[in-house]
Parts: sequence; C-alpha cells; structure tokens
Amino acid sequence: MKDGKNTYKSRRPMERLLQRIPFLKDEKYSPFLAAGLLLTSIMLIFILIGLFWTPYDPTAMNRNEKLAGISIRHLMGTDNKGRDILSRVMYGSRITLMIATGTMIVGAGIGTVLGALTGYFGGMADEIFMRIVDALLAFPSVLMALVIVSLFKTGSWEVMMALGIAFIPSFARIVRSEVLRCRSMDYVENARIQGVSDLRIIFMHILPNIRGVLLSSILIGFNNAVLAEAGLSYLGIGSQPPHDSLGSMLSSAQQYMLSNPVSVLGPGLAIIWMVLGFSFLGEGLRREGD
Amino acid sequence: MSALVSNTAASQAGGDVWQGRARSLEISGLNVYYKNNKKSIFEKRTLTHAVKDVDLVMYKGEVLGLAGESGCGKSSLARTIVGINKNYTGTIKKTDPYPQMIFQDPYGSLNPCGKVGWILKESLRADRKKRRSEEEMDMRIRKAMEDVELPVDFLERYPSQLSGGQRQRVSIALSLVQDPEILIADEPVSALDVTIQAQILRLLDDLHRKLDLSILFISHDLRVVYNICDHVAVMRNGIIEEYGETDCVYRNPRAEYTRELLRSAGI
Repeated sequence: MKDGKNTYKSRRPMERLLQRIPFLKDEKYSPFLAAGLLLTSIMLIFILIGLFWTPYDPTAMNRNEKLAGISIRHLMGTDNKGRDILSRVMYGSRITLMIATGTMIVGAGIGTVLGALTGYFGGMADEIFMRIVDALLAFPSVLMALVIVSLFKTGSWEVMMALGIAFIPSFARIVRSEVLRCRSMDYVENARIQGVSDLRIIFMHILPNIRGVLLSSILIGFNNAVLAEAGLSYLGIGSQPPHDSLGSMLSSAQQYMLSNPVSVLGPGLAIIWMVLGFSFLGEGLRREGD
Repeated sequence: MSALVSNTAASQAGGDVWQGRARSLEISGLNVYYKNNKKSIFEKRTLTHAVKDVDLVMYKGEVLGLAGESGCGKSSLARTIVGINKNYTGTIKKTDPYPQMIFQDPYGSLNPCGKVGWILKESLRADRKKRRSEEEMDMRIRKAMEDVELPVDFLERYPSQLSGGQRQRVSIALSLVQDPEILIADEPVSALDVTIQAQILRLLDDLHRKLDLSILFISHDLRVVYNICDHVAVMRNGIIEEYGETDCVYRNPRAEYTRELLRSAGI
C-alpha cells in the first residue's frame, strides 16, 4: 500500500497463488474470477470444437489399438475397445455439461420460485414447506437422486430430473432467506404502498437484488451436479452408452487401471478442470458482489 | 380524547382559522398492535400496543407535524395510514385512498437495481387510481422530475450514482408521481446533513403549496416542525399528548411532556 506498487495482496493462500500467475494479475477483478473465466472458456471452446470435429469418431472401435498409451496418434490413449479417449472426452464433456445444465435449470428454477414465494408470503405454508425442505436436506442429494433414478429408468434425462429434484431444497433455502432479508426493506415497502402486485415485487424488484447470491450458488450447484452425475454414472445408473458422460467413462476405465493407467487420466482431468473452473468463477463472482 | 390536551387558538381565544375547513384525514379511536417475535415455542406471543386510542385530524392542504421521541409510535401510525399495516382497530377516513410516503433513509427507499426512470415508471404502472398510456407516463415522470428540481438525464442513473440529497428528491418524485392528495413524510430529512435538510424542506414546502398536498410531517426535530407545520401533534408512548396550532403549542405548551421537549430542543 505504501509504495503504491503492490495495490492488493490477499491473505488467502489460494488467492496469493493465483496472483502469482502473470495473466491473472488483473487489478480490476479478483484473480478467482479471472482464473474461473479462463478455465471455463477453455472448457467451453473444447466442447464447442467437439460439436463439429473430433480427432476420431468417439464410438469407432479399433481392435488393433486396444488400451494404447499416450502417443501422437492418440493424445490421451485409447480405451479397452480401442476408442480414442480424447474424442470421447470431447463428447463426454458435452454430455456432462448438458446434464449439469439441465439439473440446474430444474433445481435452481423450481427452488428459486418456491423459496421466493414462501419467503415473501410467509405464514403457515412457509412453515410447512420449510420443514419438508429440512427433512429433504437431511438426505445427501446424491442419495436422493439414486432413489429417484431407481424408481424410473436410467438415462441422461432421468438423471437430469432426479438430480434437479434433489437440488431443489438447497436452492429454496438460499433464496428464501435472501427474500426474507429483502422483504422488510424500505424499497419493497415503498413498492407495496404504490400498489405494485406481490408477484411483480418478488420477481421484478427483489430477485434482481439477490442475483449475485443466486449466481454464485448456481455455479456451486453446477459443480455439485457435475460431481453427482459422475458419481451416479460411476455406479452405473447415469447416462448410458453410447451417450457416455465423463463419469461413465471413468467407471469403465477403472477396470483397466492397472494395465493402462493413462485411460483414467483424460476423463478425470476433464472433470477436475470443469469443477475447478466453475468453483473459481463462483468464488470470484461472490467476491465481486461483496 | 381523554389524554389529549387540546391547544388551539379556539380553546384559547376562540377562532382557529382552520376550523370548519375540509378534512383530508380523520382518524378516530385508532389502536395499533404489533406481534412480538417469540424467542422459543414455549413462550406466549406478546403484543406491543404501539398506538393507543389516537384521534387525529388533518385539514386539506395543511402540513400537520407529528413530533415525539423515537419508539413513541409515530412510524406505526404512518404505516397504518398508508395501509401497509393491517393490524389495527378504529377508523381512518381519508379523501385519497392511496396516500404515499417518503421514507427516512434515502439509501434504502429506492431499489438499488433500478434506474430512476424505471423506479418511477414502475409506480405509474401500478397506479390503482388511473391507467396511463406510455406517453402519458413519460410526461408524468418528466413533470415529477421537474417538480423536485432534478435534471431529466438523472432518469438514466442508478440510485447508487446519486448523493443523499438527490436520492431524497427522487423519493419525493416517486411519492408524487401518482398524484396523491395525502403525503406522509416519515422523518424525511433526519438522515441528511443540515444544508441539504434546508433545501429538501423548502422543496416540500413549495410542493405542498403548488400541488395542494396535505402532508403529515413526522419528525423528532421540533425546530423543523416549527418551521413548516400548521398544526402539531406531540406523541409519547403511543398517546397524543398535545395537539394544536403550531404557534399556540410552541408559545404556550400545556402538556408537561411538550415543555420538556421544547426545553431540550432549546426553543
């Protein structure tokens, strides 16, 4: 501060580490935001390329090159059926991202609406709803999803729905507490005096004011969705072949871990990359909001 | 009217100039209760009796001062009059069913996510007295900005880009945009510094003449009340201790509490 050169030095080790990277030394934004944007955009570009072009057909099998290691021909090696892992990661990342997005649309969408309504109107309905949410929160969300999936068939859509429903309670809670905080503020009361309808107050006046919290919890939820989906697929009840997600790739590669350890590397790294990107982005946005 | 000490020219010398004029607000036997939050489920819910059997009259086109220390029920009374508080007994007769209110804190009463223009338009869209076309709304908004002496390009700004005084002007514009007959100003200048206070008070005074508003001016500052109010009511613990024409009350306070307040204000 004194010499005016080093304007901002964080006490958090993670943030200091990120600030060492020259590209992230931007003074305008927190290094978390910059790192998150960087990681996520690289991931998105990677997936976008995968939409139009992959080195090989992700489903084409090659009997002669089973469980190959890293080479120029196969940058991430091949799996037990001789399929190119890089191509499959490109395709699988897309599936994983799609499931995570769908989960967030269902979970955050319904959770936000329910939380906002009960938080704003309060009363008996709120009390009952929140006790139900408390009960649901007592189960881990993956376990909840497991139950829901086992009631229906397995597949990408079912996983999306199941995870989405399992994510509703946590979003409802976050949004409810924020709406409760805003409800007694002067600008909301002022709007009520002017005769603005309750629904309009909730969705046009209050929700824009809690968008920061909402956005960062959506990004954290995104992470949880990616991990939960990988977990479900690992258990064999996630997305089914030929629409393999990163999780199901990981689960099938695990059997050959001893003969070809490289084959877990691709999908594993992709999951870590995705989760890290979203959590940095969420953390960065949260700090920007503060 | 048991506890009320009436202190008007009529009761002193005969002939309150306001007597017999049209009334914009008539409150009688008003009681307001608040539910207290329970600390545990075993505790019984208690009620706070915030306003006790209050009678109050506001004449059309006057500024009625409501003075008293904080926590005496002034704001509860205001919230009941504008209709956000539904928990009351007694009757409130008002010429305008939808009175508007100016809040104390100019930093909290404007939606931080809306531009000034949007905030004003939102109020017009919600107006229960009159439907307006888009052009009418824009005209009305411009007029309101003119009334509070703010430039039109402030409509494109967010509240965070304005100073405290400018924000309070926007809140005044917001409360006037629906063309109310009754305006309730809940400590409108207490959060501002002294030079800005004078400007806002002058503005309120001008508007009250220009637009023929009846203003209920709530304040704990007796000097401010003295400067702009026609009548004054002094409130304590939910009871109106004294009511009368401002001059009479200030020159010849009858209730002990009023004397105390005047002494501490140095008048």
